[in-house]
Amino acid sequence: MNAALAPPPSAPTPSETPTHYLNASYGFRSWLLTLDHKRIALLYLASITLFFFIGGFYAVLVRLELVTPAGDLMSAENYNTAFTLHGVVMIFFFLIPSIPAVLGNFLIPIMIGARDLAFPKLNLLSWYIYMVGGMVAAYALFTGGVDTGWTLYAPYSSTYSNSNVTATAIAAFITGFSSILTGLNFVVTIHKMRAPGLTWFRLPLFVWAHYATSVIQVLGTPVLAITLVLLILERSFGFGFFDPARGGDPVLFQHLFWFYSHPAVYIMILPSMGVISELVTCFSRKKVFGYGFIAMSSVAIAVLGFLVWGHHMFVSGQSVYAGMVFSILSFMVGIPSAIKVFNWTATMYKGSISYSTPMIYAFGFIGLFTIGGLTGLFLANLGLDIHLHDTYFVVAHFHYIMVGGAVMGYLGGIHYWWPKMTGRLYPEGWARFSALVLFVGFNLTFFPQFLLGYMGMPRRYHAYPEEFQVLNVMSSAGASILGVGYLIPMIYLFWSMRYGRLAPENPWGAKGLEWTTPSPPTTFNFDETPVVTEEAYEYVKEEKH
Amino acid sequence: MWTGFPLFPEAASTIASGVDLLYLFLVVVSVVFSVGIFGAIFYFALRYQRKTQDEVPEPIHGSMILEITWSVVPFLILMVMFGWGTAVFFRNFHPPEGATEIFVTGKQWMWKLQHPEGQREINELHVPVGRAVKLTMATEDVIHSFYIPAFRVKKDVVPGMYTTMWFEPTKVGKYHLFCAEYCGNQHSGMIGTVYVMAPPDYEAWLAGAPRGETMSQAGERLFQRLGCHTCHAADRPGRGPVLEKVFGSTVLLADGKKVVADEMYLRESILRPGAKVVAGFKTQMPTFQGQISEEGLMQIIAYIKSLESKERTTTQ
Ligand code: HEC
Ligand code: HEM
Ligand SMILES: [Cu+2]
Ligand SMILES: [Cu+2]
Repeated sequence: MNAALAPPPSAPTPSETPTHYLNASYGFRSWLLTLDHKRIALLYLASITLFFFIGGFYAVLVRLELVTPAGDLMSAENYNTAFTLHGVVMIFFFLIPSIPAVLGNFLIPIMIGARDLAFPKLNLLSWYIYMVGGMVAAYALFTGGVDTGWTLYAPYSSTYSNSNVTATAIAAFITGFSSILTGLNFVVTIHKMRAPGLTWFRLPLFVWAHYATSVIQVLGTPVLAITLVLLILERSFGFGFFDPARGGDPVLFQHLFWFYSHPAVYIMILPSMGVISELVTCFSRKKVFGYGFIAMSSVAIAVLGFLVWGHHMFVSGQSVYAGMVFSILSFMVGIPSAIKVFNWTATMYKGSISYSTPMIYAFGFIGLFTIGGLTGLFLANLGLDIHLHDTYFVVAHFHYIMVGGAVMGYLGGIHYWWPKMTGRLYPEGWARFSALVLFVGFNLTFFPQFLLGYMGMPRRYHAYPEEFQVLNVMSSAGASILGVGYLIPMIYLFWSMRYGRLAPENPWGAKGLEWTTPSPPTTFNFDETPVVTEEAYEYVKEEKH
Repeated sequence: MWTGFPLFPEAASTIASGVDLLYLFLVVVSVVFSVGIFGAIFYFALRYQRKTQDEVPEPIHGSMILEITWSVVPFLILMVMFGWGTAVFFRNFHPPEGATEIFVTGKQWMWKLQHPEGQREINELHVPVGRAVKLTMATEDVIHSFYIPAFRVKKDVVPGMYTTMWFEPTKVGKYHLFCAEYCGNQHSGMIGTVYVMAPPDYEAWLAGAPRGETMSQAGERLFQRLGCHTCHAADRPGRGPVLEKVFGSTVLLADGKKVVADEMYLRESILRPGAKVVAGFKTQMPTFQGQISEEGLMQIIAYIKSLESKERTTTQ
């Protein structure tokens, strides 16, 4: 298959298995009380995968209902609950924790040459908080669910909905703290624990992306927490923050909600961009083009991301001038995003490009993110957003970025670092095949939604006029392909944990400190603290050839 | 109703074609960029495919000139998009003078419409072709959003305030009316039809539609029933200010500020009288919060507005 995957002579043979973080101790306690960032990463991996399938189950319900124009498969109530739970679970319990809590947790200490994160106990606490939030969400879900949409707009959520809004808000409130603590841990770790010689501008771009993400998590999530508290107070104790009859303002809720939730979309995409920077350099075997620009564009996105929330409210009655300011700032966010895409593309120029699975995901990411970003410009455009707001165009836009971008990056990263995490190689043929299935299924699912949106189909509709049916059927057909695309990796990755070929230290010939540790690494990552003497991605010809 | 496989919504208002043109501009820019990026990726992937396992290409660090180019060029294009989009938005925002006024009330899960002459409709809106229509909208419960895709217009209807929008239909026909903001159980049932009619048909419809009193007559009746007249006699000052000609005038408030008395101001004066107190008066007016439906409120406001035009007719 791929000669680069052949174990070099130094690779361990099955007969003499060395101790590593996975076999260092056994038993439930050794996992549930672990302070090892790598084990905590795996705890997260298992839990978010579970939530991914719960969220996916609701997506299946939504797509099945939409095959026919009439609302015939389930009641309107159940449909509304399905799309709400799909959104809540996917965003708060899968996508926000996904790359940071799994790959970031696993890799940041290793990438910077540290033995663990700055606060290992806090790290474990984050996971427990996440799980408690998850339990509350599960409670909300099994006791009737919630039907407000993940956006929880008042006054529907605060006064009118009869569903489990309070429990859901509490669940999101609790998981928010896990996100804050993880972000805090990363910021401190990146500031304080870099190996000697590892200056800021020698950091892998993955670390830069997580640094920017962590800052958003720490600064933004408390605003979400406050918003949810206000919502709970209003709902349970009759405060009037969002009720005009008592001097409140329902639009205030939207301001507060998007002040967090727009930056939150960057919490979801920035880590994925960090992954893509790693993949593109590794599989082009070349220094990244414009390192400083990619690193700084992450920071620029993090800063600008806090200033554009009003673009979700162009038709909510805000003033024309507020609309103009939010519009122009939203356009500005497009620039750092574009800079990244251009630099990744330029990195491939005169590279040595391998079509290994992670690189196929990277290709997929760049293509889909480009479409997602460009369609963001349609929505940032005042004149167009009037027509497009709250239609399927918006749904397509954010799925291109969040699923086409963030989830593709996550899967690409999982494949890339799988040998490091598990010590095993996954079956390359199946992996490439499923990446293609995902790509095809994704586009078939979501591209028709752009057309539906421009045609005027509103989102969150249980039943719809007949002329929208053809495109909806295409979308549902695509979704079934997409579903298969997610199941195949689930199966072969599981399989490979036991039966995959043993992975060498550095199967891809990649740069970066994580590839100097054994696969899988030992509990403390490095026997001696490494000393860094070069910039990131210094691929050089070996002398002997 | 199976109309095949349409990819473009009908364009039936004066602004629709402008929005479509802007959309096409963005589509073209997007296609050019996507083709450029995808083309480069495909080309590089094929041209520089790894040949031997140990090959290591020459490093390239980056290029300031390129970085500046691919920041500045997109920036300029984005500013064109911004300027164009804002121009379309402004046009969409400001209703022309003399537009026909129609009042909309959203309610879980129906649209109630009132014409000034008194005709009322539910989930249906009849308008004449070629005449600008301005909607003043309120909701009795949650947020809704009034959306007519064929006209490319949409506006949220928000509790506690009036929002307005306008359009001028250009094509006779039947068009979808949707609620675009999720509003609970029957959100997708909160839909209706806009009938754009040729002027003679429209006149016939107006004449044929059952109509009781006009909006301002209904408002006057409410004004009496709620006892407003005990403090606000139409022509002489009482405990409250004279309401004649108040609409559109500049009101001096007790705290020295000035406000223009528009619909929002009248609404607030009735529901939260203490919020803006007229200079020379005490906060004696009781709140009518919860006692008047949104539709009733619109009628009272129509009545207060008519006090101005009555005055004008008597002086003519
Ligand atoms: C008890 C007497 C009283 C009653 C009854 C009353 N008002 Fe008033 N109203 C006042 C007073 C006093 C003011 C001026 C102080 C203020 O602005 O609150 C006022 C102010 C107003 C204003 C603002 C006028 C301006 O010049 O800016 C409007 C509009 C108004 N009332 C409408 C109504 C309507 C409609 C009703 C019936 C539903 C009503 N009022 C019932 C006493 C009353
Ligand atoms: C190029 C930069 C981007 C621009 C200019 C942009 C613009 C917009 C605009 C204007 C909206 C509001 C549309 C409306 O509701 O009418 C929107 C919605 C949305 N965007 Fe983006 N976006 C960008 C990138 C992203 C990214 C990176 C993500 C996520 C990873 C994202 C996720 C979302 C989501 C989730 C929504 C809809 C939320 C909802 O209403 O449920 N966007 N985007
Ligand atoms: Cu946003
Ligand atoms: Cu509605």
